[in-house]
Amino acid sequence: MVESNELIFEVSQPGRVGSSLPVSDVDKVDIHEKFPEHLIRDTPAELPEVSELQLVRHYTALSNKNHGIDNGFYPLGSCTMKYNPKINEDVARFEGFSRIHPYQPGETVQGALQLLYELQEELAEITGMDAVTLQPSAGAQGEWTGLMMVRAYHEQKGETRTKVLVPDSAHGTNPATATVAGYKAVTIPSNKDGLVDLEELKKHVDSDTAALMLTNPNTLGLFEKEIVEIANVVHEAGGLLYYDGANANAILGKTTPGKMGFDIVHLNLHKTFTTPHGGGGPGAGPVGVKEKLIPYLPIPRIEKANGTYVLNSNYPLSIGRVKGYYGNFGILVRAYTYIRTMGPDGLRQVSESAVLHANYLRKKLEPYFEAPYSQICKHEFVLSGSRQKKLGVRTLDMAKRLLDFGYHPPTIYFPLNVEECMMIEPTETESKETMDAFADVMAQISKEVEENPDMVLSAPHTTVIGRLDEVQAARQPVLRYKKEESAEKELVKA
Amino acid sequence: MTATFRYLPDTEKDQKEMLSLLNVHSIDDLFEDIPVDIRLEGELNIPKADPEPILLKKMSQLAGKNKHANHYPIFLGAGTYDHYIPSVVNHMISRSEFYTAYTPYQPEISQGELQAIFEFQTMVCELTGMDVANSSMYDGFTSLAEAASLAVASTRRSKVLVSKGVHPESRSILNTVARGQGYSVEEVNLAAETTDLERLQEQMEKDTAAVIVQYPNFFGSIEDIKEIKKIAAEKGALLVVSANPLALALLQAPGKLGADIVIGDMQPLGIPMAFGGPHCGYFAVNKKFMRKVPGRIVGQTSDEQGKRGFVLTLQAREQHIRRDKASSNICSNQALNALASAVCMSALGKQGIRHMAQLNLEKANYMAKLLEEKGFSVVNKSAFFNEFIVELPISVKEANAALFDAGIIGGYDLGTDYGSYNHMLVAVTDQRTKEEIDQFAEVLEAVVNGRV
Repeated sequence: MVESNELIFEVSQPGRVGSSLPVSDVDKVDIHEKFPEHLIRDTPAELPEVSELQLVRHYTALSNKNHGIDNGFYPLGSCTMKYNPKINEDVARFEGFSRIHPYQPGETVQGALQLLYELQEELAEITGMDAVTLQPSAGAQGEWTGLMMVRAYHEQKGETRTKVLVPDSAHGTNPATATVAGYKAVTIPSNKDGLVDLEELKKHVDSDTAALMLTNPNTLGLFEKEIVEIANVVHEAGGLLYYDGANANAILGKTTPGKMGFDIVHLNLHKTFTTPHGGGGPGAGPVGVKEKLIPYLPIPRIEKANGTYVLNSNYPLSIGRVKGYYGNFGILVRAYTYIRTMGPDGLRQVSESAVLHANYLRKKLEPYFEAPYSQICKHEFVLSGSRQKKLGVRTLDMAKRLLDFGYHPPTIYFPLNVEECMMIEPTETESKETMDAFADVMAQISKEVEENPDMVLSAPHTTVIGRLDEVQAARQPVLRYKKEESAEKELVKA
Repeated sequence: MTATFRYLPDTEKDQKEMLSLLNVHSIDDLFEDIPVDIRLEGELNIPKADPEPILLKKMSQLAGKNKHANHYPIFLGAGTYDHYIPSVVNHMISRSEFYTAYTPYQPEISQGELQAIFEFQTMVCELTGMDVANSSMYDGFTSLAEAASLAVASTRRSKVLVSKGVHPESRSILNTVARGQGYSVEEVNLAAETTDLERLQEQMEKDTAAVIVQYPNFFGSIEDIKEIKKIAAEKGALLVVSANPLALALLQAPGKLGADIVIGDMQPLGIPMAFGGPHCGYFAVNKKFMRKVPGRIVGQTSDEQGKRGFVLTLQAREQHIRRDKASSNICSNQALNALASAVCMSALGKQGIRHMAQLNLEKANYMAKLLEEKGFSVVNKSAFFNEFIVELPISVKEANAALFDAGIIGGYDLGTDYGSYNHMLVAVTDQRTKEEIDQFAEVLEAVVNGRV
């Protein structure tokens, strides 16, 4: 295979086309007679000019330089890189789902509205909430939607609260969301077991506390056993509990955020419910709430009235719209298809296998790496590269070495409260053989660290490109291709 | 548990071996850390699992309840359009190396995605005439709100002016976002169907961070960006332009007319309507705002051997580094849809995109002329791109019902948002044939005549 490194702009030749459009079947329009001259484009946009096959070769070559779940094991903690089922992709592409317009009259899109309505109901059941909005595009937008509802709830009671509490192990999005929603984020330290320190929490919770944001299991993969007490502390002070659903893969059919005492939940459908990550999106981040927060849900809401599905925007206390139309419909179709594939029994088995796999893999790796927490874990676990660091090899180096074996490395240096952290989430869709093989490679790498550290320090050895200079990228940003510049470079070379 | 679910590989033997290594008897032992009183009793109350062939049939029936654009010629636009999507687009984004990958945090095994996004950023810069574009945003509506927030943060002012010619949903989301961030949003009225420039001038204050307009605006008309820039610049406010990327094939690039931030949605280029999402916001700025752009950006660099490569860059702006100091909380982008859009732009190419835009312009103009010939009045006073307002002697609802009976999905009812229930916003894209346009006009004429 010839390795292509050219940009599509460098493949481009004037006069080539990769599409075929019809000639106009209506009267010609001269743009100069229609638009004011200064609003007419004077220089064409330099888009590529390639034939269809050149286009296909280009993107196929690019895809060959990319690693997805279909290529190999992807134990990226907190991201739940499980298998993305093919039927979901087929169904989302049905013309009855992909070629409908969001403003079509309700009676022409009853199938779409029914799907959305039923998905809302099913996600409410899975999370133990009373109502769900499907609008948010992703987890971060779900969090923001949730906190905007928190704000509306307190304001309706005539209260202005300014603090949102976040544990130190939380993902960076939680504090960032608090800020964007107009709150001050306050960090709560964890105890030595990696859990929320109840006594510390009590010190921070007061009449100024709007909400506590928590993932459970937390980012260390540990279940917050004192969750009921935590909820009581926050509720007694008049605050609300927000559940970050990033780790919901551990609890399906076993417990619900509702039972734990949470008031608001977001789910990442691109994690727990198998919709593809797409190289960074699109995802979907539906939000569920308990009854007292229903009036504040975004509009429009999807409802069922006399056997017909309708959109209803008549909610005066709503926080308003958070996203165009009704959310990332195509993603919601995939999640709905997945839930129907698994059913209640299947979803429970998902979490059971996910937890079994994480505990099994941790046990296999414990002889080689420091395991800062010894209690049973849920769907993921953390290890520390502290032992290897003493030998001069960092977690980053070991992550790069894993690339040589065709694995995507675990999440590294997160959570922040574990030194040289590796966060590993095998997911339920991986076989025991895959985990065994991965454990063997990890053991080999730990041995290399002791016997031949250069092998690890200079990794990766087999990838299409070596370690990239990120400092240069940030200091002298080149964020787009420019024809002139590359021409100049050629001159310099010559 | 046996392997009865095709996504779950564990056999009883696997399970036994794993439990035995863990020295526990059952999987339940691994859930002992969940307090008894919050464990779920019994099963979730959701429908039972369906095997693949049955589920496919059911999903096909559900999809069949929707009337789609392949069977019903559609004249709805208002922000989402039925355009030609080259077949090659779906094939390229269906490469699972792309769609089953996560965000490219490991550049050595993500060069494909990173390079594709770098190329996407370049294409967005080319169309908008801006210096820097990010890797994409949720959608055009949320991009607009992020642009307003960027303007407020960078000018340290507290008010934005938004034209009523901007999509109603954009304005609605902007209001929700502004409430959270504590800045105010003021709307600027229209003169005919474009922004009232005199009113705009009057509303400009020292504290105005940005003026936000749409290009073409919600009614299809072309706003005079050059004049609006002058008014904004007098008071030191930024100009934010929400632009339809397809229209930019014919319209002067906003960057050349003085825009500071250009945002919009790539949906017209390669992304299916899909009942409103997922689409793909884009976000482009002048160089001076480069380090304030929300979302992810790909940059070019090299490896130890000097070989060209691509990485996510300028990450110091982002939430996972900055936490509560971050300028935005956004983590994800719409990478796969940005890819779809890049493939579509490459397939159309420098010539094709102009051709496609020209088809839209001509078909919409043909429809407008036809309707005027039949005695309807076109409301737009300014030149429009691929949609316009037609005034009807009957309600839009009534007209759309008649069109639907004839197998056509009619235009957008401007009643809810603007109070004019006999004003229909009609979009005519490259997908509509002369025959379909003629039929639309005839049905409309017949229903009006039939009523008189």
